[in-house]
Amino acid sequence: MDGMMTGKVIAVNGPIVRAVGMNGIKMFDIAEVGIDRLIGEIIRLVGDVAVIQVYEDNTGLKPGDEVLSYGRPLSVLLGPGLIANIYDGIQRPLVGISEACGSYIRKGIKLSPLDRGKKWEFRPLVKEGSDVGQGAILGEIPESMLVMHRVLLPPHISGRLTRIAPPGGYTIEDEIYTLETASGTYRGKLAGYWPVRSARPCRVKKKPFIPLVTGQRVIDTFFPIARGGTAAIPGGFGTGKTMTQHALAKWCNADIIVYIGCGERGNEMTDVLTDFPKLVDERNGRPLIERTVMIANTSNMPVPAREVSIYTGVTIAEYYRDMGYSVAVMADSTSRWAEALRELSSRLGDMPAEEGFPPYLATRLAEFYERAGFVETLSGKDGDITIIGAVSPPGGDFSEPVTQHTSRFVRCFWALDKVLADARHYPAISWIDSYTEYLHDIEDWWKILDSQWLPVRNEVMGILLEDHRLQQVVKLVGSDALPPSQQFVLFVAETIRNAFLQQNSFDPIDKFCSPEKQLKLLKTILDLYRKGAVLLQAGFSVKDISALDVVSEMVRLKSEIPNQEARRIDEYGIRLGQRLDSLKEAKG
Amino acid sequence: MPAEIEYTTLSGISGPLIFVEGVKGVGYGDIVEIRSGSSELRIGQTIEVDEYRAVVQVFEGTSGLSVKGQRVTFTGRPLEIPVDRDMLGRVFDGLGRPIDGAPQVISEGTMNVNGLPINPWSREYPRDFIQTGISAIDGMNTLIRGQKLPIFSGSGMPHNLIAAQIARQARILTAQEEFTVIFAAMGVKYDVARFFIDSLEESGVLTHSAIFLSLADAPSIERLITPRVALTLAEHLAFEEGMHVLVILTDMTNYCEALRELSSSRGEIPSRKGYPGYLYSDLASIYERAGRLKGHKGSITQMPILTMPSDDISHPVPDLTGYITEGQIVLERELFNKGIYPPIAGLPSLSRLMKDGIGEGRTRRDHAPVAAQLFASYAKVKRIRALASIVGEEELSELDRIYLDFGSAFEEQFLRQGHEENRSIEQTLEIGWRMLSVLPKDELYRIAREDIQRYYIPQGRGA
Ligand SMILES: Nc1ncnc2c1ncn2[C@@H]1O[C@H](COP(=O)(O)OP(=O)(O)OP(=O)(O)O)[C@@H](O)[C@H]1O
Ligand SMILES: [Mg+2]
Repeated sequence: MDGMMTGKVIAVNGPIVRAVGMNGIKMFDIAEVGIDRLIGEIIRLVGDVAVIQVYEDNTGLKPGDEVLSYGRPLSVLLGPGLIANIYDGIQRPLVGISEACGSYIRKGIKLSPLDRGKKWEFRPLVKEGSDVGQGAILGEIPESMLVMHRVLLPPHISGRLTRIAPPGGYTIEDEIYTLETASGTYRGKLAGYWPVRSARPCRVKKKPFIPLVTGQRVIDTFFPIARGGTAAIPGGFGTGKTMTQHALAKWCNADIIVYIGCGERGNEMTDVLTDFPKLVDERNGRPLIERTVMIANTSNMPVPAREVSIYTGVTIAEYYRDMGYSVAVMADSTSRWAEALRELSSRLGDMPAEEGFPPYLATRLAEFYERAGFVETLSGKDGDITIIGAVSPPGGDFSEPVTQHTSRFVRCFWALDKVLADARHYPAISWIDSYTEYLHDIEDWWKILDSQWLPVRNEVMGILLEDHRLQQVVKLVGSDALPPSQQFVLFVAETIRNAFLQQNSFDPIDKFCSPEKQLKLLKTILDLYRKGAVLLQAGFSVKDISALDVVSEMVRLKSEIPNQEARRIDEYGIRLGQRLDSLKEAKG
Repeated sequence: MPAEIEYTTLSGISGPLIFVEGVKGVGYGDIVEIRSGSSELRIGQTIEVDEYRAVVQVFEGTSGLSVKGQRVTFTGRPLEIPVDRDMLGRVFDGLGRPIDGAPQVISEGTMNVNGLPINPWSREYPRDFIQTGISAIDGMNTLIRGQKLPIFSGSGMPHNLIAAQIARQARILTAQEEFTVIFAAMGVKYDVARFFIDSLEESGVLTHSAIFLSLADAPSIERLITPRVALTLAEHLAFEEGMHVLVILTDMTNYCEALRELSSSRGEIPSRKGYPGYLYSDLASIYERAGRLKGHKGSITQMPILTMPSDDISHPVPDLTGYITEGQIVLERELFNKGIYPPIAGLPSLSRLMKDGIGEGRTRRDHAPVAAQLFASYAKVKRIRALASIVGEEELSELDRIYLDFGSAFEEQFLRQGHEENRSIEQTLEIGWRMLSVLPKDELYRIAREDIQRYYIPQGRGA
């Protein structure tokens, strides 16, 4: 075959292999190494030595073994059939691998990421003879019941459409359209390759303004994220990063979910694989798997493939964004990715910066998060990618390099708190250490629901902050030493914690809380606070209020009133008000 | 495949590593045999190869080796061990060679000790509740068949007693199947190994067990192989023979120290506390070899034991373990000093697979909320105790004092139990409700009203 280069291995150090004789090879080209033809990527060129990072187990590889390359960059195959699929870090289909070699992943397996024989129902949307620009939508394919796959003209290609296939069933191998371009004839198929390390282009990046509704109260109400935004979830082991990402992948209102299991547990991917086909998207009654693409490089799979897995994932996300969809990317965990980077760079003999991480860690992180955004696609549609990355700091200490650098590049920070997790207060997202910069971007969206959203949210947040301050005093003198008004703040803050912030992912009703229900709960709590403050003024004690049955009932609203019946919270609110008023009347 | 090639000169020795120059055709990860004198055979493995040189780690250590007069053979094979059902009832060294005087195992096949990564698609999500008979575990940190659940301990604490009690008592409620136990000791003293062997013998499961010993006096680098050898046999028994295997690995801290030693002799850039940056991936290559597979009957449940240096849970060994395993059972010095057995810490302990293995039809509907409520209420006890130590108990509110009563009842009646005491899950939940009934009903906000109605003991206050 033309353009094929062959060289030979001269040294092996773990997954880092050095080879010579590859004249004309370029950075980030794919190489096939040794008799098993293991997939690797050129990551450095030093004189005539090519440094290859091998994505499969390379034990047994010897100096003298052959290396091949066609001079093509490491790419993913984009086309119909990605949805509901699960891939390893370099987009090999795990289902196909299990059919080919059983329960364990053997090395040297080469399988197409997409089914080449499957016929897709294609419908053209553009007439022959029209001029089409890059990224144009040429036709569509129902990829799943939830996803209408839009067939895109690849970036950097435009011209006159001279032929387009009539409606019918086609495989990804069939030629679907012909284009006369300035540089000649271009024949397009339903699928094509894109190099994972380059971002797919868009027309412009725009300011995000629509919230990604997650159904998680502490997120949507207190630390919301906009579609096209970036968020980090840092937390020590067992604090709830994966559970939060699973909850978001299940219930957030994105069109497509790309779930990247990067160096984490095998069973967590199995959990997604067994759960998502059964869970139903309430908006359309279809199984969640029909909008989900999974990338799994679990912690026992080869480390270098971990490094590339997040690029594989985000490139797939960009592909659906370019169709005009809203895509949410979950990356669990970006720390494992950074550690893979560290391990490889140390084998390369790079001078380390902080804690052994290479000096380019920050740049790489920034580049990754930069691939998020709310954009106008090449075809003029709106599309967005929200990236949510878990961070696993050693010892739960946020001052370590990955957490620190990440916090510079994300605009939303959901800090998980060990003390909350230990008390089984989930989600253990700290309302003190977390922040979001999207509050004002998305305010208008909430205003349609209620013009008072932001002031109400801020007032409740104020109570939590006041409580936090008072707790420092309570630690020293006990709560009985505080004046009643401050004791009441403590009581209301506890109610906010138990009745609002704490949310059980396993409760059939509580697992997803609609924005309407969130707002109603919030306002009810605020009512309690305001009316209670008046009662205190009138000489009542905190106990008079907290002892009321109707008040202790408040913690049950979240799990007893379903979203569709959120109006019942108003009824409760009326009862609460009456009870508080009658307290006053009884005394007065 | 090139024939085996023999070399007689080493170009250097450093720590557990030897360097051989002028080699040709040596593969990365190949097994190396080193003979010094006439008899002694050591096993090593290449960890770096180039056109002229191979770096070999020697599992038996390099003490007594000299640069001249060795015979070094590169076998061109990875490290493999025979695996067979007949290995049950036997005792092996850390590299899988029999040390009980009985003959070599005759097996049909051999397996690479490094195993292969399990395809996540091929896993079966574990959800079978294992009753260990220990309330702190069954009630609040349930063990599931196919889970990897470590014990984080500290020096002098009774982790061995607890692990042995679990090995003796573990039962699946729905089946009468017993566990096959594989016990791997890394760098522990002989008496620890003896304790386990005796305990397995007393309960009559020794004939169903395989023991791998790399004791404190064995070369530390051998420990790097021991858990892998044990798990290779476990994989064979679980997924070829359909058995349910419980693998106890002790002490993982010694394992990690051996890895640190190797890394430093290679001159690698260390990460935290001198441990190599790849400690996480290395540990994962052990811990991830637990679980269940679709279409296979057996399972591997792992219970690694590790001692936290100076009881510090943020030390890299427990920290990275916790990031890989599916929860952790943490032993607490304070409970231990109060004389409470088992001193299982109420808050930092966690079982991540619990959620799918309990509840209606598995244990009982109220199991999850009772556990959540016990955790939440005990967390409050801890806060109140901290406060009481400053302001004095007299200054506490009435409710706070009730919480303190709950706290001591919880420790004395729920946590505390006998070494031989085997509680059913009903008994555990029943004790749990007795504890919760010390608190006023309104405090039980994690539990549905109908369950409170059904199980709360109204006179329970102060019981
Ligand atoms: N929202 C939640 N609702 C109920 N339980 C939760 C929630 N979040 C976390 N948990 C509990 O905490 C456990 C640990 O959570 P999770 O696996 O998400 O931690 P993690 O931060 O991803 O840890 P690691 O870094 O080790 O992967 C879960 O198994 C579950 O029991
Ligand atoms: Mg996790």
